[in-house]
Amino acid sequence: MEKFCTFTGIVAPLDRANIDTDAIIPKQFLKSIHRSGFGPNLFDEWRYLDHGEPGIDCSNRPLNQGFILNKDPYQQASILLTRENFGCGSSREHAPWALAEFGFKTLIAESFADIFYNNCFKNGILPITFSKDIIQFLFEKAEENTGFTFTVNLEDQILIDSSGNVFEFKLEVYRKNALLNGLDDIGLTLSHENEIIVFEKNHQIMQPWLFTS
Amino acid sequence: MSGKTLYDKLWESHLVRENDDGTSLLYIDRQLIHEVTSPQAFEGMRITNRSLWRSETNVAVPDHNIPTKDRYKGISDPISKLQVDTLDENCDSFQIKEFKMTDPNQGIVHVIGPEQGLTLPGMTIVCGDSHTSTHGALGALAFGIGTSEVEHVMTTQCLIQQKSKNMLIKVNGQLKKGITAKDLILAIIGKIGTAGGTGYAIEFGGDAIKALSMEGRMTVCNMTIEAGARAGLIAVDQTTIDYVKGKPFAPKGELWEKAVTYWKTLQSDSDAEFDKIVEMDAIDINPMVTWGTSPEMVIDIDGMIPFNENGIHEPALNYMDLEKGTRIKDIALDKVFIGSCTNSRIEDLREAAKVVEGKKIANSIKLAMVVPGSGPVKEQAEQEGLDKIFIDAGFEWREPGCSMCLAMNADRLEPGERCASTSNRNFEGRQGQGGRTHLVSPPMAAAAAINGYFVNVVNDEWVN
Repeated sequence: MEKFCTFTGIVAPLDRANIDTDAIIPKQFLKSIHRSGFGPNLFDEWRYLDHGEPGIDCSNRPLNQGFILNKDPYQQASILLTRENFGCGSSREHAPWALAEFGFKTLIAESFADIFYNNCFKNGILPITFSKDIIQFLFEKAEENTGFTFTVNLEDQILIDSSGNVFEFKLEVYRKNALLNGLDDIGLTLSHENEIIVFEKNHQIMQPWLFTS
Repeated sequence: MSGKTLYDKLWESHLVRENDDGTSLLYIDRQLIHEVTSPQAFEGMRITNRSLWRSETNVAVPDHNIPTKDRYKGISDPISKLQVDTLDENCDSFQIKEFKMTDPNQGIVHVIGPEQGLTLPGMTIVCGDSHTSTHGALGALAFGIGTSEVEHVMTTQCLIQQKSKNMLIKVNGQLKKGITAKDLILAIIGKIGTAGGTGYAIEFGGDAIKALSMEGRMTVCNMTIEAGARAGLIAVDQTTIDYVKGKPFAPKGELWEKAVTYWKTLQSDSDAEFDKIVEMDAIDINPMVTWGTSPEMVIDIDGMIPFNENGIHEPALNYMDLEKGTRIKDIALDKVFIGSCTNSRIEDLREAAKVVEGKKIANSIKLAMVVPGSGPVKEQAEQEGLDKIFIDAGFEWREPGCSMCLAMNADRLEPGERCASTSNRNFEGRQGQGGRTHLVSPPMAAAAAINGYFVNVVNDEWVN
């Protein structure tokens, strides 16, 4: 995974609560056996006017011009602003894959669903939560200033707007480190291989029926 | 010092190490695998040249995008076929036990786990599927994970986790006659909301939960994720132990006795402290119907679509083509789906069959289908003659799979069609682009099929 570096990006406001992973990437695209290729189908049912299927070239499909990501300059957005419980529903990691491939590096919401939140960190995406009031303030700001930008500084855990206003955000240390260092979780866990083996031997003594096959 | 919750006990008995940064390494006893969320994990293992830590703890089954009729013809959609073939190849080359599409024991992953005894009390169980919460009904710590974590478990037998908070949902008293576990969990979601359980492991307790069958408990735990919690739990009792006994992969003989002794300790201590407690009275719960595009948009059958002042329901009502103030009983259906990991077990089919027996589906219903959760459920139902009851009433009787719960296969709604569904999600497009889903219990879906409209199955009013 690539290391998460400070960047400045356009904030796309997507004003809906409870956006589920079915909406982020509809099920027909989950038939892929690959990790990439999902970006053009991000929010497929909202983004296009026709029905999308895997393998179809999206560049010729009719766009829903009313959808935020089809409006100028949000095609270039790298920060998504949304409401509470973003990413609820299915555990599909295809959702953060699609968001990352579109270009989103940071998501801002009042809250995120647990599994989705966790999946983001495995894919270099930083999900940030703010209180309802701040989220509302940011939506109003986005309404007033088309294409407003934030500089995302994970090291200092701050967002800075173009006027220099600073918004601090909270994040658990291990999540921050994982993104900043682009760590390989599996490699990290395997560095504790001996402890896993010791646990396993003891576990087998305690619950031998789990080790019969 | 206060006692421990069931979640605390399961957590502690699987704790490999606590890291300095507040995370823990949790040992995983069982990983269930299906075709949709696993190919990239296998690919990752190949790229990094890593191997499975304990291959025998992994069990696979294709369920999401397999056909539910004419299965002997194979999978016609080449992309779906490639995904299922890829699962077969991966399981063969990594020596993972798989119930292939044509295996008589094939079924929905969350139905076959408990049914085969692959799910046992006290286990930690994961799967690249959010409805893994189902298995918590057996007193196991079970939750859905992403594909990166699937690979992590394959190669390390562990997950990096942060402990959740404890929530107890206590349902006092007894459900009224005819009220199902589905109505109960929909009422719970309606009360706490779809983000109400975020950050928590939810234990369900109280007399109404204790009185549920294992099938009912699985329905409740299944939809814990729709209440925002990754894991739902129910304490082990005699109902659990009786259910597990004799299952193909359950321990036998001396090991069984030893296991049962341990499993009987799998309850929250009487002095355990929960971070949050929600209490409900079972008597207040009626047949429930969702009216919007989130499971929390739910009301009882005698209700009407609520008025809201801030317009927050507008996108959902537009999508559903419904207006505030509409009576639920005035909603007409096009299709009826009985199935999914929520409601495709034998008890669900029995309850639905009871409603349709000797009746015909309404002329206005374009399609009513029953998709059993597994081969053994289908066989059992056929032995009891339930298939005949459904077919005589005009239902289609299908092969096991996820089917129209998420419409990855050919079973789906067309744009604008309205469905009474026993599944778990009423999201936009979930059952097919433009399709409109109302979540209900199996008897409610069955009664809607007969009547063409939603009716209160607990009263006799729908019998006409």
